[in-house]
This record gives sequence, C-alpha cells and structure tokens, in this order.
Amino acid sequence: MNNELNVPSAAKETLPTVFGYIGIGVAFGIVGKAAGLSPLLVTLMSIITYAGSAQFVIVSMLVTHSPMLSIVLSVFLVNSRMILMSTTLAPYFKKESLLKNVLVGTLLTDESFALGMNKLNYTDNRLNFSWFNTANIIAYATWIISSLVGAVLGNFISNPEKFGLDFALIAMFIGLLYLQLISDKSINFNLQLIVVGFVLVAIYLGLIFIPSSLLILLVTLVACTFGVVMKHVFF
Amino acid sequence: MSSFNFVLLTIVGTGVVTWLSRILPFVILKKFKLSPGVVQFLSFVPIAIMSALWFENLFIQHIGHLPSIDWGNLLASIPSIISAVIWKNLLVIVIVGVISLGCLRLFFGM
Repeated sequence: MNNELNVPSAAKETLPTVFGYIGIGVAFGIVGKAAGLSPLLVTLMSIITYAGSAQFVIVSMLVTHSPMLSIVLSVFLVNSRMILMSTTLAPYFKKESLLKNVLVGTLLTDESFALGMNKLNYTDNRLNFSWFNTANIIAYATWIISSLVGAVLGNFISNPEKFGLDFALIAMFIGLLYLQLISDKSINFNLQLIVVGFVLVAIYLGLIFIPSSLLILLVTLVACTFGVVMKHVFF
Repeated sequence: MSSFNFVLLTIVGTGVVTWLSRILPFVILKKFKLSPGVVQFLSFVPIAIMSALWFENLFIQHIGHLPSIDWGNLLASIPSIISAVIWKNLLVIVIVGVISLGCLRLFFGM
C-alpha cells in the first residue's frame, strides 16, 4: 500500500481481494444453482442484496421454505454489523457530498471496509471518494460476474468445497487482520492482541447459546466495550 | 424451490434492509458529530469484526453444547498466518490459504 488516494492505487490495492470475491462468488453461484435458483435469480440476488455470506443464508432458508419475513429479519441481523462499519467509516467522508456518502455506503463490504481501515495507516488518516468508490466498484463487478459464472458452472460442478475455494474469504480476514495489527499505530499493539484473544473466547462461548446470525454483531459490540475498558484501566 | 416472484420479493426485501444498514449511518453522521467516547469505541471495530469473522469459521455450532473444531479451517489457517508474517501480501495469503485447504480436503478428506 502507498499514500496515494486515486483510482490506479485503489485498483492495485483491491486486486488481492478480487480473488476472494471470485472464490466465494463462484461458490455462491454453484450453491444457488444446486438449490434450484435460476442463473437470473442468482445474479439478481448478487446485484440487489449484495451481501456475501448472507446470500448463502437466504438460499438455505429458501430451500427450507422459511417465511419471507424471517428471511429478511435474519439477513438484517447478519448484516447489522454493516451499521457499525458505516458508522466507523462515515467520519472520513464528512467533507464529500451526501450523494457520494450514500454511494460509498451502498457498495460497502467487509473487505472494502477492512481495506480502507488498512489504507488509513498509510495516508495520514485520510480517505476519499475516488479511492474507496473504485475499490467498491471492482468488488461489486467481480461479485456479480463470479456468481453468474458459478450459476452457469453449477450445471457441471456440484461440490465447490472440494477445491478449498471457500477458504479464500477466511484467508482474506486473516491477512487483513494481520496487516491491521502490524500497521495500526493508534491502538497499543498488546491491547490489540488482548482484544483479538477476547474475541476468540467470546466466539467460542457465544456459539453455545447465541444463534450464528447474531453472534458476530454481539461479539463485536462486547469486544469493543472490553477494549475501551482495558485501555482506560491498563494502557 | 419457491416461485420466481417469491424469490424476487425476498431479494428486494433483503436488499432494502441491507442497503439501509449500509447508508443510514453515512446520512445521519453528515449532520451529527460522534462523541470522543463513541469514536474510541469504534476504533476497536476493525480488529474485532475481522477476528470474529475468522474465529467463527474455526468452530461448528451445536446450540446448547460446546462448539466442535472445524479442523480443515483451523489447520489451513496456520500456513495462512505464516505467509502473512513472511510476505505481508494479501494475494499470497489468500492463495496459500486456498491451496492449503484444497490439499487438506484432497489428502485427508477434511
């Protein structure tokens, strides 16, 4: 990463995450097709809902004939972490117009958020519309095309997991987390490690009684509170 | 599978709630300023969310019981972390991770 906030630097820095979108997008297309969705509906879901892991939730709930309201509610819960990410990101775009703010928010993903947070460490804590929007659009286009390709491929492949592609997303979070840990100087390194350790324990214990649709949001809220308390008491 | 119209309406419904979660904070914070306490709270969001998304995939949930370990994802995480430390390059990390899990599944059926 460098300190430039323009279209070429965004394109270059988004490239590694593209492979994650391709892996998961193709897998989603195959899973959707296998569940009985047409390539048209698979692609429409990627265009309109555009919600990564939540799209897998939708497909699995459609298969079990869940009521529409409970599908919508589950997706809201799974994606409610977006509220936290947008709230974290919004202050960096205060000077941009409302339309540009809405555009950045509309195509925001876990990965573009994490990428943007990493970028802050190289740009003296600045972000702008052209950089972020480029990263967002590359991700959006890749996601739509890959899920369409997956839905078409679905006629030939039934088990996408065999190739380990589903790990692309997890590897991406590992990479982005590590890069964030070593480059974010605003929080003490040991405190960051302690918060990560806390998250591990909280996820493990939370899995016992919290539905996975709510778990990420709840654990994030508790871990942030824990981080603030630790910072005040020990750091 | 449900009818075309049912699926389409579901897609639109889930699209609307997801979109609102994404844009409302941007719209609201255009007018209001966050207090320093909230800013400090939010400064932990990136590492907390990223590690939560990772760790959730290392376990398999059994409501009411301790989760079991997803050995494939756990073992594939190790070469991913090592390549992160050595190369600090996202592309390399993703490729190493995918190949690792692919090999684990191919040779050990994980």
